[in-house]
Amino acid sequence: MLRVDEQQQEVTFSPELVKQFDDIVSRYPSGKQKSALLPILHLVQAEYGWLSSKAMDKVAEYLKIQDIEVYEVATFYSMYFMRPQGKYVLEVCRTGPCGIVGAEKIMDHIEQTLGVKEGEVTPDGLFSWRGVECLAACGYGPVLQIGPEYTFYENLTNQSVDALIADLKVKARN
Amino acid sequence: MARKLLLTNINVPGINTFDVYRANGGYASVEKALKTMSPDEIVEEVKKSGLRGRGGAGFPTGMKWSFLAKPEGVARYLVCNADESEPGTFKDRYLMTYIPHLLIEGMIVASFALGAKTSYIYVRGEMMPQIRILEKAIAEAKNKGFLGKNILGTGYDLELYVQPGGGAYICGEETALLESLEGKRGNPRIKPPFPAIAGLYGCPTVVNNVESIAAVVPIINEGGEEYAKIGIGRSTGTKLISAGGNVKNPGVYEIDLGLPVEEFLYSDEYCGGIANGKRLKAVVAGGSSVPILPANLFLKTINNEPRLMSYESLADGGFVSGTMLGSGGFIAYDEDQCIVRNTWNFTRFYHHESCGQCSPCREGTGWMEKVLHRLEHGHGKLSDMDLLVDVSKKIEGNTICPLGDAAAWPVASAIRHFRDEFEWHVTNGAEAVTRNFGLAHYADPLPKKEETVA
Repeated sequence: MLRVDEQQQEVTFSPELVKQFDDIVSRYPSGKQKSALLPILHLVQAEYGWLSSKAMDKVAEYLKIQDIEVYEVATFYSMYFMRPQGKYVLEVCRTGPCGIVGAEKIMDHIEQTLGVKEGEVTPDGLFSWRGVECLAACGYGPVLQIGPEYTFYENLTNQSVDALIADLKVKARN
Repeated sequence: MARKLLLTNINVPGINTFDVYRANGGYASVEKALKTMSPDEIVEEVKKSGLRGRGGAGFPTGMKWSFLAKPEGVARYLVCNADESEPGTFKDRYLMTYIPHLLIEGMIVASFALGAKTSYIYVRGEMMPQIRILEKAIAEAKNKGFLGKNILGTGYDLELYVQPGGGAYICGEETALLESLEGKRGNPRIKPPFPAIAGLYGCPTVVNNVESIAAVVPIINEGGEEYAKIGIGRSTGTKLISAGGNVKNPGVYEIDLGLPVEEFLYSDEYCGGIANGKRLKAVVAGGSSVPILPANLFLKTINNEPRLMSYESLADGGFVSGTMLGSGGFIAYDEDQCIVRNTWNFTRFYHHESCGQCSPCREGTGWMEKVLHRLEHGHGKLSDMDLLVDVSKKIEGNTICPLGDAAAWPVASAIRHFRDEFEWHVTNGAEAVTRNFGLAHYADPLPKKEETVA
């Protein structure tokens, strides 16, 4: 499904991950384990970088729901990646208030610096970027976030973006 | 200096930890409510306070609580709506980051008032750092006996959980939020039944905004009547306003409702005026969904009365010359901003965030985005403005949830107030790509404030 032609590896969740799943499921009344779907997908994405259909099938199996119930949710919410991304995904807010304080210029700068278009991955596999809608940090724009911790970088300038990318490159090497 | 109720201790070092928060009078409302008040008394107190939902709709919170069905043997739920994603609004993020225990405290009191044994805080997925902060705060409170079994020896049990969303604006709508919390797509439900009758898992549920829940704390501490003394008319209490855009000091401010907008915008205690000595062109007063107003209509109503930061005063003039307080997402636009571009940007947002359930919204937002895109890029026609108004009228009121209205209002109001700028984009297509229209007649009528150059 989902037009991803990349080779998909078999997915087995580690016991630690399954323990976290169990912990989340315990928050809901019995029989309502489907409520755990969104938090679990976040954990799976943090682990694998994106949601392959094999991983989603495993989640469905764990939650005892149909595969399609996972697919329809994963494709609805914008935070879930349906194809492989760079190790660091720079998500720049492009909505209204960030727009009027220069978000578009920041996106242009990131495109130039990384040399890839929105949604593409750099050849070294380290970075991808995209414009996203309002991140609720309108007073501190332009802002970007980097998953899976969703750390925020506020009041961006071209220089601070350059510094951030340099930092991440160093971090990736170590 | 206005009285602060929510942000009183925001600058106390370590206020995000339980011990410091407790030492500064925190969790007093829990003790008062659980030990000395009955659930009905709490609801009554909140009714007396006149508190209105701080998420945008402004529906009286006490009233919402009193609608909750209480059938025997059926669980009831309180869900806190922390899916803050209205462009221009960032007050809940601020509150959760710096003073998380205030929300936890409010949740305990509100859950007790509603008889909920399990409550959820639904936080938008992008706010992972805030989710960690809240989880830590919950663990601390539980450790000290304010959550879990037999709270403070009163026999009341409450479990509180944080639920992350998946990055969908629509989940700020309460029934979409409940769908999402049940692990489904965030498609709003048809009402009735309202969540107060059949909400989470089909059980009676109350959904409240973060700020509304936090406001319960001072209401219980000081009494509803005391709270109602602040503010003006039916706009009681204090409100967090997130000021952004081209203001000099962007940030979150707690104001007494009824503060004159001029003071809010120009006094150094709040926004401090427009950044870089520019002049004010337009204001979106309550998040991107509310009608945009040109500076002159924002500062003074059509009857030439000064406008106040209150639900009623901002709505003065209806949709012809007024706007709404909404969620308190205050965005100021200076003379260099292009209204057409901004409207296109907002419409792109609504198109992106439409859940796709109702055709008028799913298709209409897309068409409006396309038309606005061509206007902004110099390929528009003079008939486009009427076309946009026509499309927006066909969305408005014809959808299950208010997202359709929220998408229609900014477009209709931008054309109503800035039609000359839209027309200029058509007649000067080539020029419109390279420069902005400027201020025109709707400029800020106040004298330009002299900036001291440091």
